[in-house]
Amino acid sequence: MPRAVEVRGLVKEYGALRAVNGIDFDVEAGSVFAFLGPNGAGKTTTVEVLEGLRRATAGSVSVLGLDPWSQGSELHRRIGVIPQEFRFFEKITPGEAVAYYAALFDRPTLVDAVLERVVLLDKKNDRFENLSGGQKQKLGLALALVSEPELLFLDEPTTGLDPHARRSIWEVIRALRREGRTIFLTTHYLEEAQLLADRVAIIDHGRILTSGTADSIIAEFGRPDRLRLDGPPELAEALRRTTGRPVRYDRGRVEVEVGGREEFVRLLSAAEASGLPWSNVTTVRDSLEDVFVRLVGSMDEGEVRAAALPSGAGGGR
Amino acid sequence: MNPRRIAADFGVFARGYVRNRVGLFFALAFPVIIILLFGAIYTTAGSSTAPVVVQDLDPGGASSQQFLAILNASHDLSLSFVNASVGNLSSYLTSRGLTAGLVIPANFSARIAANQSAGVVVYTDPGQASVAGTVQGVVSASLVELNLERTHTPSLAYPIARNVGSPIFTDIDYLVPGLIGFTILTSPMFAMVELTATYRKEKLFRQLSLTPLTRGEWLSSKILWYVVLTLISAALMVSVGDLLFSAHARLSWGMLPFLVLGTFLFVSLGMLSGSVTRTPETAAVVGNAITFPMMFLSGTFFPVQEFSPALQAVAKVLPLYYVIDGLNSVMLFNDPTRALTDALVVLGISLVFFLAALRAFRWRDE
Ligand SMILES: Nc1ncnc2c1ncn2[C@@H]1O[C@H](COP(=O)(O)OP(=O)(O)OP(=O)(O)O)[C@@H](O)[C@H]1O
Ligand SMILES: [Mg+2]
Repeated sequence: MPRAVEVRGLVKEYGALRAVNGIDFDVEAGSVFAFLGPNGAGKTTTVEVLEGLRRATAGSVSVLGLDPWSQGSELHRRIGVIPQEFRFFEKITPGEAVAYYAALFDRPTLVDAVLERVVLLDKKNDRFENLSGGQKQKLGLALALVSEPELLFLDEPTTGLDPHARRSIWEVIRALRREGRTIFLTTHYLEEAQLLADRVAIIDHGRILTSGTADSIIAEFGRPDRLRLDGPPELAEALRRTTGRPVRYDRGRVEVEVGGREEFVRLLSAAEASGLPWSNVTTVRDSLEDVFVRLVGSMDEGEVRAAALPSGAGGGR
Repeated sequence: MNPRRIAADFGVFARGYVRNRVGLFFALAFPVIIILLFGAIYTTAGSSTAPVVVQDLDPGGASSQQFLAILNASHDLSLSFVNASVGNLSSYLTSRGLTAGLVIPANFSARIAANQSAGVVVYTDPGQASVAGTVQGVVSASLVELNLERTHTPSLAYPIARNVGSPIFTDIDYLVPGLIGFTILTSPMFAMVELTATYRKEKLFRQLSLTPLTRGEWLSSKILWYVVLTLISAALMVSVGDLLFSAHARLSWGMLPFLVLGTFLFVSLGMLSGSVTRTPETAAVVGNAITFPMMFLSGTFFPVQEFSPALQAVAKVLPLYYVIDGLNSVMLFNDPTRALTDALVVLGISLVFFLAALRAFRWRDE
């Protein structure tokens, strides 16, 4: 697949502060790419360099085959952007804002259709200053869609939204992907990245810790899958004896790490063979959030992270 | 420059502006309030005693002496005297910007003594109705008194009312073009400095930089909007000056170049001040430092010709001087050549500031 975004050795400094410290990644055209990271990790900085709003200190960046800084005006006709904190003219209504963008981009846009799409039609005639935070964010998305962009940069599009509104934005993102558009998403919500993104990169202190599909990251950095069942403490003891694997017991709940699929069957047979009561079998798997917290946490504690860094993104700080 | 995009941006900006009640009030009502204020100050100041220039061509004559004594006793006129050497009193008054005068003819005392009727010419400016009324009333009453005292024939000495040859301008007349200039300066300057600060803070410039709208188009739509505001407030000010204070300044097509170019100039200068400064606070300081001296020294509240020569020289390096001088030339003096020169100066300065503003103002940070 062709690449919508190519980043090599990107560095961005604000004076003495190195906000982005040599990162490499690609975004394939037509995919959803999620940038995950704690506050101050360098997500917005990276996105703004890609949008042509900031000049890179070093490294090379190509977006839709263009250099964002020097070919900004050409690029801006082909991308859509929601900044992290979307602001607009206070006295202008969403209906007027969409019509304004349609005129600027010279697109025969149906205002109602665009607002409908982001579930904001009911606020069409309210002034921006009177919209809620989530509604403002939705207007940002609506404006980003007016130009029918090939590539969208969404910087924390769902932060501060209620669960219902968040889901409606997710639906829009899925629909955009189905239309073949590329989406570059930054988020704090691991669940969001896991649900929407084809690929994820985890960034902290201006460096990419790891990247790949959510599943591959979990497989690489997550703990082994676990089998969980309800039963007495004796059951935990029995399982530890028969399987020789780590077993945890907590208030009537037994959790055993399992290596592969065949082990589930052996475990359940062992439980049955123990003659003790057991019920409610579930399997537990690390979520991206678990991995994220562990990866970012270990960085903050200053542990050696060499193992956590895939080749290409590695190197000391 | 794409007219469609300029129009779209103009529409959005105008809507936002009109919906901001306070801003609209300051743009339109404020200049009118200033006119009312200054108009009131000037008319009160002038109403205590009306200045009248007396040309006595019958100096030492018995009747003329007595007439002047009666006039003086009324305390309603402040008399100043010129002799025959100044020539035609009407042209004298016009050239000095004076509004009232009277001429006592050479044979005045002789004719009265011979029981022949004699006329005293009274010049007044119909534009200054209250002054004219006072002067005519006092002069007529004094002549009646003279007749009674000297001859007992009521209409022997009589007044001949004349209008002064061409309009004579007082401070209130200069005030209207001056305050139009004041509005052309302050309204866009303060607004643009404010606007750049807010747009930067709210990251609205970045938002716009992600659209095809160019900086030139954006600035043009702001200029257009302030031209519209200037036209409305100029019309308001001329009407108020005319209706309430009988100011001489009249609406004319000749004002248009100054209203348009002047606004162009100060929107650009405001944008330039907002762009070269890093913080909103310094922008405001720079804006004020440019605006205030210009506001007082360019002929806004007081005509420049009343300044000392040194101050006049200062005024002539201020761009607003040429806007106001141009407005005076078309609204008062009917002097197209001078207006054209002023217009060309304003155009030249505007272009410089516009290009400088475009260069200095950035959509995005490095
Ligand atoms: N304009 C700026 N000038 C100076 N430093 C900045 C600027 N913008 C960001 N930074 C710094 O750069 C670092 C990265 O900031 P950035 O906004 O990219 O983080 P982020 O990952 O988007 O964080 P968040 O999740 O909170 O939005 C931070 O330490 C921040 O303080
Ligand atoms: Mg951010």
